[in-house]
Amino acid sequence: MRKVAIYGKGGIGKSTTTQNTVAGLAEMGRKVMVVGCDPKADSTRLLLGGLAQRSVLDTLREEGEDVDLSDVRSPGFAGSLCVESGGPEPGVGCAGRGIITSINLLEQLGAYNESENLDYVFYDVLGDVVCGGFAMPIRDGKAEEIYIVCSGEMMAMYAANNICKGILKFAESGKVRLGGLICNSRKVDNEKEMIAEFARRLGTQMIHFVPRDNDVQRAEINRKTVIEWDPACNQAGEYRSLAKAIEGNTMFVIPKPLAIPELESLLMEYGLFN
Amino acid sequence: MLDATPSTHSAREALRINPAKTCQPIGAMYAALGIHGCMPHSHGSQGCCAYHRSHLTRHHKEPVMATTSSFTEGASVFGGLANMTQALNNIFTIYNPEIVAVHTTCLSEVIGDDIPMMIRKAYDEKIIPEGKVVIHANTPSFVGSHITGFAGMVTSMVKHLPSRAGEKHGKVNIIPGFVDPSDMRELKRLAREMGVPAVMFPDTSDVLDLPQTGKYVMYPHGGVTLADMKTVSHSLGTIALGGFTSTPAALELESQYGVPATLLELPIGLGTTDLFIDALHKVGGVPVADSVAWERGRLLDVMTDMHQYFYGKRVAVAGDPDHVISLVQMLLELEMRPVYVITGSSAPRFEARVQQLLEGRVPEAVVKQNADLFDMHQWIKEAPVDLIVGNSYCKHIGRAENIPTVRFGFPILDRMGHRLFPTVGYMGAMRLIEKMLDAMLDKKDRECPEEFFELVQ
Repeated sequence: MRKVAIYGKGGIGKSTTTQNTVAGLAEMGRKVMVVGCDPKADSTRLLLGGLAQRSVLDTLREEGEDVDLSDVRSPGFAGSLCVESGGPEPGVGCAGRGIITSINLLEQLGAYNESENLDYVFYDVLGDVVCGGFAMPIRDGKAEEIYIVCSGEMMAMYAANNICKGILKFAESGKVRLGGLICNSRKVDNEKEMIAEFARRLGTQMIHFVPRDNDVQRAEINRKTVIEWDPACNQAGEYRSLAKAIEGNTMFVIPKPLAIPELESLLMEYGLFN
Repeated sequence: MLDATPSTHSAREALRINPAKTCQPIGAMYAALGIHGCMPHSHGSQGCCAYHRSHLTRHHKEPVMATTSSFTEGASVFGGLANMTQALNNIFTIYNPEIVAVHTTCLSEVIGDDIPMMIRKAYDEKIIPEGKVVIHANTPSFVGSHITGFAGMVTSMVKHLPSRAGEKHGKVNIIPGFVDPSDMRELKRLAREMGVPAVMFPDTSDVLDLPQTGKYVMYPHGGVTLADMKTVSHSLGTIALGGFTSTPAALELESQYGVPATLLELPIGLGTTDLFIDALHKVGGVPVADSVAWERGRLLDVMTDMHQYFYGKRVAVAGDPDHVISLVQMLLELEMRPVYVITGSSAPRFEARVQQLLEGRVPEAVVKQNADLFDMHQWIKEAPVDLIVGNSYCKHIGRAENIPTVRFGFPILDRMGHRLFPTVGYMGAMRLIEKMLDAMLDKKDRECPEEFFELVQ
């Protein structure tokens, strides 16, 4: 079983990219479980066809500790399995602890057992690695390969660099490695070249460049992944390529985060002088 | 003191009054003390550690050593890695234990400190000296109770200490459950009487019931040694006493190393002790020793001689799930009526098991997990009992309602017998019978009309 976590700046398109990629893998016949690690619990909406699922933490709160796997895991598009960790309302409680609690519960319930025959588990983690809880998916071998979704916008690259610092910390004593950057294009000038260079300097690769296409938004309005909504469209092919690239990926590295001046000079080089 | 308790029981969801349980780390710390040369380490702020140590000291009347990561505001914000590293460095430099057993606190759990990573780092950086060991258990107190923490640390011992290398030997593992040093001593005596060589873990006898020698020793001579723990993976079998405290570790040993597990309830009373002796006989491959059979006979004799004073007496029982499950069986053996049976721990299996025991025999019984002493007090006000059996906190109800109260379980903060005399085994059952009978007859002798005041009972 390959254990994958997707990180990236808030709003960059982690959940969209994850679900569309998972749809690609599922279409290839892989058995994939997606664990949404975001208190908003919106990481599996496209695979499930709506925000229908009750989160692990809501179930725990309402039913007590007697929870079955089927209470918290729902079947989604093409045989994928969907779990939402969930969490507190904005402004209260501790979402990080929520993620720790729900991943522990999934382990107890045997969601990762060999008998489940999973090929992949994907963790879709909110925003930045802000505290111990949000690092839970990369701790202790829970996820072993990380992909960072970014774009050519400075703040997205800045966040990606910061996430690399988190990975570095856990990679030193564990098995977690960076598998690559996924560029989710914002149509920034020279974006593809810049992210490829950024990836190279981090010691990794740009595993795929996902072009901007309004079909993604159209599919989202229909509560579907692009592959389900229009299997023949161009963007569906892009996500299939990303899924294939991840399937065939062998480049797993401990990243070398950039110092801020170096990051800014990269932006100057590619972003301005053209 | 409890005069204001309303006399009709009302359902409560969000509030616990006089809880019948305590923190996870207390159990983890107690289990850790059952390893020879072990320093328990609390990863959190100092107050937790101070409370856990003092609570154990009040029960055992012995000094309890433990170290802490001493979290401050800074550690809470930035994570406890630096504190842990510094602590391990200090502990091995200053106190030189064989092993450090780390448990967490609510604070370090909430901020999500990654303990295995911290320990690995300390190994890599040679902060943990060659040949020394650090194990850990996660013990967030917002789930479970001291029972969960104890089971967690015992399971951690089994996960980290046994060795795959080595050959089968003729010893039997005994996991005693969260019982007193006197109980562990008694279980080892029974195994010796039977001629079964045993490794007990954890083992707090000769750690928390030390002789007075005038000298303080930081690591007393008791406790399971690391050398013995290395070989538990090659024992004949494991006898695990207590489904909540010992079963998880025994199953881990079975699945990891193929050591067959015999899962029993705590041997408190006649029937459950019979099962323990039977397990020693079967796993150890020895006949039942005459001396043990005679002990059993003496217990049976006491039970029949004094049966008339126990028959039909209504009892309220509060305590830890493993203790209560076995005690209820003993009370039924005496034909008493355990009418209120509670545990503070969250343990759905507890309710099912106790109800199964009481079914058809005590139909009026109320059984509740995740309950508190306020529940029990209100039920007693609704329909009184003849006897309360539970830890020291039950004494408030005993006083308010003028009901004899026998101390049993953890913690006992106001009496001393538990430190010296067991409640497990046939001897333990005889002791409990004596205590319960004394308590009930003392009350009768004090209060009964003169015409019922008997010289001979």
